[in-house]
Amino acid sequence: MNINSLKYSFRQSLVSLSRNFWLAVVTAVMIAISLAILGGFLLLAVNVGQSIRIIESNVEINAFLYDDADVEAIQAKLDNLQGVQGYTFVSKDQGLVDFGQAIGDTILLSGLEGDNNPLPDLIRVQVEQAETVPELARVIQGYPGVELADYGEELVGMLIRITRWLNALFLGASVLLALGAVFLIVTIIRLSVMARQEEIGIMKYLGASNWFIRFPFLLEGTLMGWFGTMIATVSLGLIYYRVVASLQRESLAFFLQPVTDAERLFPIFAGLLVLGTLMGCIGSYLSVRKYLRV
Amino acid sequence: MIEIRDVKKLYSGMATPALAGVSLEIERGEFVFLVGPSGAGKSTLIKLIFCEQKPSSGSVYFWGKNTSSFKEAELLKHRRRMGMVFQDFRLLKQKTVFENVAFALEVVGKSPKVIREKVPAALEKVGLAGKEKSFPMELSGGEQQRVGIARAIVKDPLIILADEPTGNLDRDNSRQLMDLFARINEGGTTVIIATHAYDVVDRMKKRVVALEAGQLIRDEQRGSYDDEY
Repeated sequence: MNINSLKYSFRQSLVSLSRNFWLAVVTAVMIAISLAILGGFLLLAVNVGQSIRIIESNVEINAFLYDDADVEAIQAKLDNLQGVQGYTFVSKDQGLVDFGQAIGDTILLSGLEGDNNPLPDLIRVQVEQAETVPELARVIQGYPGVELADYGEELVGMLIRITRWLNALFLGASVLLALGAVFLIVTIIRLSVMARQEEIGIMKYLGASNWFIRFPFLLEGTLMGWFGTMIATVSLGLIYYRVVASLQRESLAFFLQPVTDAERLFPIFAGLLVLGTLMGCIGSYLSVRKYLRV
Repeated sequence: MIEIRDVKKLYSGMATPALAGVSLEIERGEFVFLVGPSGAGKSTLIKLIFCEQKPSSGSVYFWGKNTSSFKEAELLKHRRRMGMVFQDFRLLKQKTVFENVAFALEVVGKSPKVIREKVPAALEKVGLAGKEKSFPMELSGGEQQRVGIARAIVKDPLIILADEPTGNLDRDNSRQLMDLFARINEGGTTVIIATHAYDVVDRMKKRVVALEAGQLIRDEQRGSYDDEY
C-alpha cells in the first residue's frame, strides 16, 4: 500500500464517519466511558497502593507489657535486635497523660490515675524498613513480659481487602463496557460496509487489493476508538487534577497523599490511549472479517 | 496469450454445468465475440478469464501459467491487466464522470498527477470530453457505457472483457460502442465481448466463438452470429 492509497483510505474513513456521525459519536462516548472507569480504577489502585505503603512505613510496633514485665531485659533485647531503629518507653502514667491530650479532655480521665490506670506499660519500637514490621512484631511478641506486639495489621489488612473488592468491581464494569463498545464498533462498521457494498464490488473488478478494500474500514473503527480514548483520557486527567488540587487545598493531602509523579501516571494514560485505539481496531477487524467478503 | 483447456464449470446447486469441456486459445491483440443464447456459458467464460471463478476441472493458462495456481499478488496483477465492462455499467451514482474513471486508478494507488493526466485522455478517447463534471444519472445509456469503457481503458489494460456491453442500449448506440471497441483493439488491446447483438457481430466481421449449453459449437475467424447467416 503506497502513500496515495493511504490518503484514499483516510478520506474514505472520514467520509464514512461523517455519514454515520451520531452513531460514531455514541460509540466513541461508550469507549470513553468504559475507559474512564478503567482509568479511574487504575488511578485509585495506584493511590491506594501508595497510601498502604505510607501507612506501613509509618507504623511502629507497640509492645504492650504485662504489669510485672522486666522492662530493662526487654530493652536490652531490643538493643540487640537487628532492624530496630529505636524505641521509646511509655509508662502507663505517661500513656494516660498522652491519651488525655489526644482526646483533649483530662477531666474525663480523672480518677484513673495510679492503681486505677487501666493502660499497660508500652514500648514504641521504630523499625528501619517497613517490610520487616510483621516479622519483628512476631519476634517481639515472643519476649517474656510482652503481652501483645501490635502494628495495626487490621488496618493494613482492611485496606488491602477493600482494594481487592474495588479492583474486581471496577475491572468487571470496565470489561463489560469495553465489550459493549467493541460490539457497537462491529455494528457501525457493518453498516458502513453495507452502505458501500456496490463500491466494494466495483473495486474488486478494478483490481483493488483486499487490504486496500479493508483498510478504510479498519481505520474508521480505529479512529472511533481513538476519539473515544482521547475524550476519556482528557476528562480523566482533568478530574484527577481537580481532585488532587482540592485535596491539597483542604490540607487533606497530608493524610491521603495522592500520586502526582509523572513516571507513574504517564503509563496509565498512555496505556488507556493504546487500549482504546486497539479496541476500535479489533472491533472493526472483527466486523470486516465477518461482513466484508472480498 | 490465453489458453483454455478442456474447462468444465459446475456451479453448486446447478444440475447442468455452465461449461462442459471448452477449449479455446486467444492471441494477444485479437478481437473475439463470444455468442450464444442466455445460459450458454459466455459470462462464465469471462469470469474464468478474469479469475473471478475457478474451473471445476481443466485449466485456464495465461501466458503459459495456470491461473488456478495464482497467489493473491499474482491474481491482483492479473486482474489489473484487464478492463471490465458490464451490461449495467456499474458506475457509482454519487461520483462524477471524472471521479468514476479516476476511481480505477485510485484503487491501484496511482498518484493524483497520473490521474489528472490519464482520466481526460481516456474520456477524450471515448468521446466524452467536456462531460467530466456530469453525474451518471445525467447521461444517456450510451454515454454511461462510454464512461464504463473509459474506466476500463484508463489503466491501459492488456485485455478488455465486456459482458453484454450493449445489452441495455439501442441499435445506434450499440454500433457506435462496437466501433469504439474496434478502435481500442486497433491500439493493440485484446478485446473479448460476450454478446447477444447479432447485427453488430455480423457487421464487424471479427472472430466469433459460439457457445451452446456449455459447449463450444463454432469458432470462426471473420464469423457471424449465426452460421446460417
